Amino acid sequence: MTFGWLEACLLLSAALFCLGLATALARGNAIMVLVGVELMLNAANLNFIAFWRWGPNPDASTGPLFVLFALAVAAAEAAVGLALVVALHRHRRSVKLHEAKSLRG
Amino acid sequence: MLTLLGFVVIALVLLGSAAFAVTRLNLIHAGLAFAVTWLAVGAFYLWAGAEFVGLAQILVYVGAVSMVILFAVLLTQLRMRATLPITLDDERRLGAGLVTAGSAFGLIAAAILVGRPDTPAAPHRALTARELGEALMGQHVVALLAVGVLLTAVLIGAVIIAAPSDPDGTEGGA
Repeated sequence: MTFGWLEACLLLSAALFCLGLATALARGNAIMVLVGVELMLNAANLNFIAFWRWGPNPDASTGPLFVLFALAVAAAEAAVGLALVVALHRHRRSVKLHEAKSLRG
Repeated sequence: MLTLLGFVVIALVLLGSAAFAVTRLNLIHAGLAFAVTWLAVGAFYLWAGAEFVGLAQILVYVGAVSMVILFAVLLTQLRMRATLPITLDDERRLGAGLVTAGSAFGLIAAAILVGRPDTPAAPHRALTARELGEALMGQHVVALLAVGVLLTAVLIGAVIIAAPSDPDGTEGGA
């Protein structure tokens, strides 16, 4: 087992992913849950760049290209999610997620 | 040596600001701390040699997503206060979240350190913006156009969702 740059970067992105997971699970505010999801997406992008830089890669542009597309989609998802939070607040005057359960069976 | 120092500084700022932001009750403080986190992620991309991606990250996340989050926090504030009181439900959820995230980190770290075969790293070749542009407009042009359509649809959809349904503004809300 070698511990080089790749393993260090993967551990960093794993730590960021778990911080995002803790945010998404532990916070009751809908905005913080969305930010936790964004942190997880950023951790995945970190992984892509780490493997592009230190892994065996025949094609040098795949890592940054994928990260650019993931960046665009994540930003779009954040915008729609926060628009939903604003609409939820308008109808319920609250953004606590566990109070938004009127559709629960 | 400088490479290691850069990595350590970036890692400390990234994880420190994220951990600080997760525990904030004041959402404005949390939003600003998350902007520092995303700045550190952009710094990591620059440190690793992906300059275009690093600057795109700073533009998109620190510039746009942070602003959208701060706007959402300001629009959903109750009684001029951005903090929420902690209840027992929150504490139980916090404990469950920490346990889940800790065990997930242990699992992933074990997989990284133990489970990977030793593959030799290929020599790093710098990626120019020209190559990136030629790849985007040549081989991946369909994906690029699809992302353009997606972003347009998201813009229109977000405006429709967040706008009040009563155009005269007599409905309660922002």
